Amino acid sequence: MAVDTSRPAEPAGDAHRAPGRARKPGSTAHGTPGRLRRALSTHWYAWAMVAPVVVVIGLIVGYPLGRGVYLSLTDADESNVERTIGVNHIPATYDVVGLDNFTAVLEDGVFWDRLIWTVTWTVSCVGITFALGLGLAVLLNRQFKGRTLYRSLLILPWAVPAFVSVFAWRLLYNEKNGILNKILDGGGIDAVPWLNDPTMAKVSVIAVNVWLGVPFMLVALLGGLQSIPGELYEAAEMDGASPWQRFRHITLPGLRSVSSTVVLLSTIWTFNMFPVIFLLTRGGPGDSTEILVTYAYRLSFVNSPRDFAGASTWGVLILIILMLFAVVYRRSLRKQGEVW
Amino acid sequence: MRRGIAATALVAALALAATACGDGDDKKQNKSSGEISGTVTYWDTSNDAEKATYKKLAEDFTKKYPKVKVDYVNVPFGEALNKFKNAAGSGGSGAPDVLRAEVAWTQDLANIGYLAPLDDTPALDKQLDYLPQAMASTKFEGKTYGVPQVIDTMGLFYNKKMLDEAGVKPPTTLTELKAAAKKIKEKTGKTGLYLRGDDAYWFLPFLYGEGGDLLDVKAKRVTVDDESGVKAFAAARDLVESGAAVTDATDGWENMQNAIKNGDVAMTINGPWAIEDTLGGKAFKDRSNLGVVPIPAGSGGQGSPQGGHNLAVYAGSDNLDASYAFARYMSSAEVQAKTTEALSLLPTRASVYNKPEVASNANVKFFRDAVDKAVERPWIPEGNSLFQAILVEFPGVLTGKTSPEDAAEAVGKAYRKLLKDDWK
Repeated sequence: MAVDTSRPAEPAGDAHRAPGRARKPGSTAHGTPGRLRRALSTHWYAWAMVAPVVVVIGLIVGYPLGRGVYLSLTDADESNVERTIGVNHIPATYDVVGLDNFTAVLEDGVFWDRLIWTVTWTVSCVGITFALGLGLAVLLNRQFKGRTLYRSLLILPWAVPAFVSVFAWRLLYNEKNGILNKILDGGGIDAVPWLNDPTMAKVSVIAVNVWLGVPFMLVALLGGLQSIPGELYEAAEMDGASPWQRFRHITLPGLRSVSSTVVLLSTIWTFNMFPVIFLLTRGGPGDSTEILVTYAYRLSFVNSPRDFAGASTWGVLILIILMLFAVVYRRSLRKQGEVW
Repeated sequence: MRRGIAATALVAALALAATACGDGDDKKQNKSSGEISGTVTYWDTSNDAEKATYKKLAEDFTKKYPKVKVDYVNVPFGEALNKFKNAAGSGGSGAPDVLRAEVAWTQDLANIGYLAPLDDTPALDKQLDYLPQAMASTKFEGKTYGVPQVIDTMGLFYNKKMLDEAGVKPPTTLTELKAAAKKIKEKTGKTGLYLRGDDAYWFLPFLYGEGGDLLDVKAKRVTVDDESGVKAFAAARDLVESGAAVTDATDGWENMQNAIKNGDVAMTINGPWAIEDTLGGKAFKDRSNLGVVPIPAGSGGQGSPQGGHNLAVYAGSDNLDASYAFARYMSSAEVQAKTTEALSLLPTRASVYNKPEVASNANVKFFRDAVDKAVERPWIPEGNSLFQAILVEFPGVLTGKTSPEDAAEAVGKAYRKLLKDDWK
């Protein structure tokens, strides 16, 4: 704490300055250059490096987002948007209708039904995945024979493309010819209508999503566990802390920064988990397993003419819900002293 | 979970790449004079049992027009409409020149402007030879947007041996069907009927059988929630509840075909497109074991929907002349006779029915009569979407979770929302 080394001594700097880089005589007469200009002239290379990323992000994130918000304020559908068919060009004929789409959606029971199920689905998926992931991570954090093998096996679901897993599960779940029911049949148990009964279908889709999500939780939490210093446990043991107390007061606080991140991420992913629901049940039976995103898909890709405005409205609402969630979640973390 | 994002990014990147390089195709602008040349990309939606025959026939087009190259692509039926819209809507790169479009898609695609009108083009020849019902499905706002390729409707497929064993005759009404199913259960231990619960098309015979309809297009009125609609849902539910039928809310096609092919059920409701596939099952090693009779009647008589496929030409095709010629060829009497012979599909040309090899096919003869009585579906752009609302309610009704009244009301409500203001 003796000398401030952050700034070189002024006189030395001036003495060594090359003549060409000397301060221009007139610069003080026009006043000091603005902060922005100075920042630009000092960091122009940084800006130049960042520019392509900014442009690309603007193109692939910003434009669709802005377009989606705009469409949600119009009555655009497939038959009135601008389109080019071969040599023919048909101009757009849709109108801006303001917030009509939003009032229509919010007044409709369908949205609230789907929202309730989407929240249920997200909370149960994330909760179960987190609990299982934590349990397995704690197990695999001990020294035992074949640990690497177990670890690799548990990561396996992550290595298989999601749609392949989902199709495999669909074969397992088939009520008439599926393996699950064949096994139950062997045990003398009646066939379970895995995907044909609304309640069972909900349980089934959650199970598949948990299966797909556990490896991610496991890896993240295992990393977190390994960053907790062993001395803490030793000290606690010396003080006579029980295993539960050690878990409660060392492991959980030590994992907090990792777990808060993975919970936030997996909440957002699960909320928008299109492939599992769509490929497994197509939202069925009826619409009992349909979450908000699969419904938005139905509006814009299944109905004819495709309802772009309606689907965008749902999309914007999903975005708002997730943003609200992220803000509230961050606030609550900040209160606990976490910063990310 | 994380791969969700990666996959999205990948799809986005591929889409960009596809649009960037999609325009450099090798299709040559066709000169109006002289012989037709170029490439015709044809999207066929026929099923696994049918596609080899169609591929062969499509490629035989080059025998007539040696300078034309046919690019045959089999697109699964369930994905074809979306794929076509995606391709055609994004400036047309990757869209086919000719599409085999289900009858309900024709008006939808014509409404958006994706299809070339075919009136006064070589695609439509000997128009009067086409069955009038088939021709009706090609019209939109006074113009013709398709060439009828096949026509179909539904009937009751049954396993002759199983019905003989149970000592019952093929049922003609739903009441007889229930009685027959009960006897089949007693005698053979098998279920009477497989009723698909995951496709709204399979609801239509019940609706028409009660004398109802989805819409009254002329009066612009939604009719599915009338008394007949409620009765139709009730009739379908009764079959499942009484044990006469089994059903599924997912994988219905696969489970239905497995069930009839393996002899686990005695009857299914299906159309001519399933004949070839069904005959491939072990229960039908003796092909004559498969019988087809008209759909069992409800309280309002027998009724089944008219279906089929039209050949539609993409408005943005680089090679319209070759596309018209190809559409004409694929629906010519000669090609239709061949698909009938190989696959028992129903021709759309009246003259083909007189050919000896067609006239001697019992299944075709049967379905020909059935088509005459089949109910035409509403030929409107939203025709295909009408199925969605039914599909949401149908499984609930079949499993007893939704009452027929609630289901009919919900479907009616969804239709009014879909069809907008000028419908009642």
